[in-house]
Amino acid sequence: MTNEQVKSRLIEKFGEALTDFEESYGMLSFHAPKEMNLKVLQFLYDDEALEFRFLTDITGVHYPAQPGAELAVVYHLQNLRTRTRLRFKVFTSVADPKVFTATRLYESANWMERETYDFFGIDFVGHPNLIRILNVDEMDYFPMRKEFPLEDQTRIDKDDEMFGR
Amino acid sequence: MSNPHISLPQGSLEKQTTTLNLGPTHPATHGVFQNILEMDGERVVSAVPTVGYIHRAFEKIAERRPYFQIAPLTDRLNYCSSPINNMGWHLTTERLLGITLPKRVEYLRIVIMELARITDHIVCNGVVGVDTGAFTGFLYIMEFRELVYEIYEEVCGSRLTTNIGRVGGFERNFTNTAFEKIERFLKEFPKALKEFETLLVRNRIFIERTQGVGAITAERALNYGFTGPNLRAAGVDYDVRVAHPYSSYGDFKFDIPVGTTGDCYDRFLVRGEEMWQSLSIIRQAMEKIQELPADVYHADVPAYYLPDKSDVYTKMEALIYHFKIIMGETEMLPGELYNAVEGANGELGFYVISDGGRSPYRLHFRRPCFIYYQAYPELIKGAMLADAVICMSSLNLIAGELDA
Repeated sequence: MTNEQVKSRLIEKFGEALTDFEESYGMLSFHAPKEMNLKVLQFLYDDEALEFRFLTDITGVHYPAQPGAELAVVYHLQNLRTRTRLRFKVFTSVADPKVFTATRLYESANWMERETYDFFGIDFVGHPNLIRILNVDEMDYFPMRKEFPLEDQTRIDKDDEMFGR
Repeated sequence: MSNPHISLPQGSLEKQTTTLNLGPTHPATHGVFQNILEMDGERVVSAVPTVGYIHRAFEKIAERRPYFQIAPLTDRLNYCSSPINNMGWHLTTERLLGITLPKRVEYLRIVIMELARITDHIVCNGVVGVDTGAFTGFLYIMEFRELVYEIYEEVCGSRLTTNIGRVGGFERNFTNTAFEKIERFLKEFPKALKEFETLLVRNRIFIERTQGVGAITAERALNYGFTGPNLRAAGVDYDVRVAHPYSSYGDFKFDIPVGTTGDCYDRFLVRGEEMWQSLSIIRQAMEKIQELPADVYHADVPAYYLPDKSDVYTKMEALIYHFKIIMGETEMLPGELYNAVEGANGELGFYVISDGGRSPYRLHFRRPCFIYYQAYPELIKGAMLADAVICMSSLNLIAGELDA
């Protein structure tokens, strides 16, 4: 199955809704509206010709330079029969970071979405147990967002002897 | 069953479950995992796994490090087979940069990766033996992990967290001693592995303790995102080395061992058979390496491969490239890439977004352990506590990878 076939099948079904098709390093990728993420996942899962039934990965990305679409959720899927991989992104705003959960379709989405929530604060609507997973429960911010830079290695206001540098 | 002569609080006889904390640091968990088990006598009613005890924010740290400085982070993911993680990262970077490697480098990498896979499976299968009460096998084959560590030491100078590759190849060429040690490993390990398998595979106690324990169907395993030996034990022949060949894996003949039931016993057998396949791959690679020029150990990419120190002191270009690489000023191409390698316990994926800057805009590790550990409560539901322990070790959970 070639990327072109997947693309034409998707366009046939969803028409203009899916945008930014590209092949980065041989993998088909596109953007979808965030309301449609489950429809796209379900269609990719059910369709006889596509059969993208293995959820490889879910993760988030923060793009502070895009007002209204700062947060992205990235889905990686795979068709194990034809060994085709696929990636798609949905964008949401920081102010209202709500995206539907994929846990009804994939058990594996459970912890991956919790991790994405933990680091980016994306609120997966309908998730059975959306709590922090790698960080402490008391944390009240989302550390992978770009507004939390790592400490500047060249700062001099710390006592070097205390920090071993 | 109520006795009129004994007055117990309401519900105390009906609620027969006990809450038991297994972990976070417990010898039976082989790492830092907490499991809050609800026990009915010796049987597990439900389990709540908690992770994150050694989370070190690798993805965040990677956002301010130049690409070549991210390699030491990857070594610390699955520390039982750190060269695979390390090579996986270098393969990702090379693909991002569009570097092609000479064949000899790719074969040398395959030798190292397969050695790492063997050591990982040695530890995992040995520990499954330990958890069923057979310490002998673990001690017996641990000697060969030591031998592999000596090979690493010979190639790069360190043993556990190796940092063995560089963008474009290896830091230095393999010495003759390294090749001798690999030959010695190839000669001596099969006998020990055979004995180790004889010790356990048809052992009555081992069979009773592992067969039917922690079983999962192929369909559930796929839905849970299983990869690697754990998925193959359930009967799905998905292997990244074959499905998406990288680093010349296409040049080698090997089988993908597949189980049927997906229980602890099958996972043990699949790992055992994978070690034999890895040995065969190493043998084939060693033969191919003999035919290639012996002085090639890195690609000719001066802009990304750190030059030799003697050149840095004498040649202007080498000095400039050295400076640019060390300061992280090498030009990266913008792009998005998902690249996966077959780690010892599953598909280890690297999702990189490069915006052309000195460090990745975003780097995400797809860590196989993290994804399938969520199936653990389902695997041990209704099993005995002792089975829960075996189930955990046979899944090959590595805390460093789980928490990243």
